[in-house]
Amino acid sequence: MTQPVLSVRNLTTEFHTKAGIVRAVDGISFDVGPGEVMALVGESGSGKTITGFSIMGLIDEPGKVVDGEILLNGQNLRGMSEKKLQGLRGDRIAMIFQDPMMTLNPLLRIEEQMVETVLAHRDVSKARAREMATEALALVGIPSPAERLRNYPHEMSGGMRQRVVIAIALMLEPDLIIADEPTTALDVTIQSQILSEMQKLMAERNTALIWVTHDLTVVAGLAHKVAVMYAGRIVEYADVDPLLDQPIHPYTSGLISSIPSSVPRGQTLRQIPGMAPSLLNLPKGCSFQPRCFAASEQCGVSRPDETNVDGVRRYRCHNPLEVA
Amino acid sequence: MLAYLIRRLGQSVLVMSVMATIVFFGLYMVGNPVDLLINPEDDLAAQEAAIARLGLDQPILVQFWHFLQGVVQGDLGTSFVHNQPALELILSRLPATLELAAFAMLLAVIIGIPLGMFAGLYPKSPVSKGIMAGSILGFSTPNFWQGLMLIMLFAVFWRVLPAGGRGETAELFGIPFSFLTLDGLQHLFLPALNIAIYKISLVIRLSQAGTAEVSLQDYVKYARARGLSTRRIVGTHILKNILIPIVTVLGLELGSVLAFAVVTETVFSWPGMGKLLIDSIGLLDRPVVVAYLMLTVFLFVVINLVVDLVYSLLDPRIRTKGKNA
Amino acid sequence: MSAAVETPFRRLVSEFSTSPVAVGAGIAVVLIILAATFAEFVVPQNPYDLASLNILDGSLPPMSEGFEGNYYLLGTDEQGRDMFSAMIYGLRTSLLVSFIAVTSAVLIGMTLGMFAAWRGGWVESLIMRIVDIQLSFPALLVALILLAILGKGVDKVIIALIMIQWAYFARTTRGAALSEIRKDYVMAARCTALGQMRILFRHVLPNCLPPVIVIATVQIANAIAIEASLSFLGVGVPITEPSLGLLISNGFGYLLSGRYWISFYPGIALLLTLTCINLVGDQMRDVLNPRLHK
Ligand SMILES: Nc1ncnc2c1ncn2[C@@H]1O[C@H](COP(=O)(O)OP(=O)(O)OP(=O)(O)O)[C@@H](O)[C@H]1O
Ligand SMILES: [Mg+2]
Repeated sequence: MTQPVLSVRNLTTEFHTKAGIVRAVDGISFDVGPGEVMALVGESGSGKTITGFSIMGLIDEPGKVVDGEILLNGQNLRGMSEKKLQGLRGDRIAMIFQDPMMTLNPLLRIEEQMVETVLAHRDVSKARAREMATEALALVGIPSPAERLRNYPHEMSGGMRQRVVIAIALMLEPDLIIADEPTTALDVTIQSQILSEMQKLMAERNTALIWVTHDLTVVAGLAHKVAVMYAGRIVEYADVDPLLDQPIHPYTSGLISSIPSSVPRGQTLRQIPGMAPSLLNLPKGCSFQPRCFAASEQCGVSRPDETNVDGVRRYRCHNPLEVA
Repeated sequence: MLAYLIRRLGQSVLVMSVMATIVFFGLYMVGNPVDLLINPEDDLAAQEAAIARLGLDQPILVQFWHFLQGVVQGDLGTSFVHNQPALELILSRLPATLELAAFAMLLAVIIGIPLGMFAGLYPKSPVSKGIMAGSILGFSTPNFWQGLMLIMLFAVFWRVLPAGGRGETAELFGIPFSFLTLDGLQHLFLPALNIAIYKISLVIRLSQAGTAEVSLQDYVKYARARGLSTRRIVGTHILKNILIPIVTVLGLELGSVLAFAVVTETVFSWPGMGKLLIDSIGLLDRPVVVAYLMLTVFLFVVINLVVDLVYSLLDPRIRTKGKNA
Repeated sequence: MSAAVETPFRRLVSEFSTSPVAVGAGIAVVLIILAATFAEFVVPQNPYDLASLNILDGSLPPMSEGFEGNYYLLGTDEQGRDMFSAMIYGLRTSLLVSFIAVTSAVLIGMTLGMFAAWRGGWVESLIMRIVDIQLSFPALLVALILLAILGKGVDKVIIALIMIQWAYFARTTRGAALSEIRKDYVMAARCTALGQMRILFRHVLPNCLPPVIVIATVQIANAIAIEASLSFLGVGVPITEPSLGLLISNGFGYLLSGRYWISFYPGIALLLTLTCINLVGDQMRDVLNPRLHK
């Protein structure tokens, strides 16, 4: 087996707020290999973005990564000096942020923001950096890239900006890209276009990709592995096909049956009842238990430990759905 | 854009005329300059000749009419005291005041922005708390007293800087400036600092608030995610974004520098427009006061326009809007 | 349970108390006002009763004893006037002038601001244009020109201060009043003539008060500072009723000869007063600003 690009072990991130301690990421573990795409799925507030920031070492006050290991190519990022981390960010790990409208600095031309990224990591001339930027823009399908470089962000459409951010992520050929719902702000046709383009590039370059989304529909054609997050924990982790075909965790099952195409015509969609719990006062026992159709008495008492099915697939549930 | 400019200019002309009218008639009601200006020992004929020369024997409306005629031709009357065209007199004092104002603004920016950004970046540090407390003090200290204290410390106790005057000047484009000689710089420093302290506090406040706000923006976190150095992030990404409100406010404050200059110039005997105004008010030198006012309003209009232009230069979003309009 | 009734006033007081600095400043402001109000009982000497001055005690430095054993905490001036006494009396003039000016400016400004918001149309445009234009000029400069026209005197200074300050209150009041007037129930009530006054005084006015109170606090400090500057420049209060600014101005001449205390202590008093008022105003803004409340 090849060494995973990223190996996360027992990662735990907390926010110490006035109202109390918010454990936004609660002991999660997973591996992503080269060329592999892992989808990180969950409702809003489940901790997907914070997971991404934790890996990048970008958690700010009052937050802190309090436990766990983050191994990039075997090197632990946790406890690494800020200087060394700075060298890896943008170069070996790139992150695409959730909102393309807010990620680019409004007062700097695209060119300046791309060139500064190259110059931060490569000892090349400005002209060469500009060339690299142009190539990257062309790669993500931006027409007349050399002219686009002269634009300010507000002169571009949301889809364009999203492509620019993707181009910046690809530009230095990182080992790992964390893409935080990079397409939710776009309309459906552009979404799928960008998705397939990116997938192709990842495969070609053997780049590991963590794909954050709350939309299971895009997962099927794109990801190899899926991690389902709920209230800061990974409640189910599996290869994509078994997970979609036969969900073990009731929450996963609920997510799947709320996808329109998963339900035969004429039948009503089944939404998961209730709302995601506040991380400040999680329900006793399993966090999902108040909304769970399979909940038993035990679920209100103890938090389910992780059960490993076959070395890859694992889940946290007292009453797993039958695997046929 | 053009229509807007024209409207703004028209409005300014209106303001200037209203102000001029109020001040002209207002000043007429106060005291009689004849008493001050004419030597009572002179014989009657000489006195009357002087009055006629100054046009003070004519009815007020006629005087006002002459005044308006003059304004249109750029002639704002002749100083009773200095016997020199009022506008020329004020303009001859303008460089001294502008030099003072510009130097003060420079101090405000180069001291205020770094301190404010530091306080915004590290809000919990005791240094930041000290900076912010200092800025409150800077806001509250009465300008004239602060000037006296600067004189007391630097000129009386430590004897390192002169207490007043403009010092040695050198000419640039035929205009005398103090900053070109060492002696002049020494004279310039205290009065400029006196004006600057309030502005420094203001700039600290603005840059602290701006930095604190901008640091939370996604694009700053994204800049970090791209592995940019702290220096680059603070010096380019944050600085550019906080500069817009600072430039706007400072530009508008340039006007109030003129007002503060009145106080500071009086304290430090700096021979600028402000000191001239105070002297002229005391001597009932009506044309100079009116001319000062007209010139100040005019400067305000220009400053406001320039601020608008610079603002659009700094913010590409506005620039494009202007192009499309 | 009856003791813990949560009135809005109580809530404000308890929120105000969250900042020890602001509370300290508030107490200091109260003490300053008391000292100025009861100046006669606080100071050892009536500084403007020439009979009580002893020329032999002239120009004494702080903490010295006079010819007849009087103790001068902050020294004396040329004529043997106790600077501490002169300072408290000066404080009284300064506070009185700015208090009268700001109160009048609040009344005028609120009336015009409410009127503008209520009437709308060209009346509103006219009032607000004047406000805009006036506020675009530095207050000190406007006051200076006004006094050049009006001449010297306590009453003239007050008039000048009112004329430069009413605009702030007119602007603030109009803003606050507008947001209330636009609400549906006010719109509806305007149709009935009977409801108008009631709505205006019961609902619109109270809504304008919090921001006006905050601005008024800060403007008192501003008025004190401007009055002091004007008096320093020689166009403010007359020599017979010296304020802090005039005291400092009088001491200016002695500064260069090393007799610093004549200017120094009145300035400290001025600085202390302004800082405390500003600190109180800052905290009031935080407490009263509804936008900061979730
Ligand atoms: N600065 C903070 N202080 C306190 N809690 C925070 C902070 N930032 C995030 N959280 C909490 O962490 C949890 C996870 O947030 P996160 O942004 O990772 O959610 P997400 O899964 O990315 O949701 P979305 O799909 O809406 O982007 C949230 O419940 C949020 O309340
Ligand atoms: Mg998110």
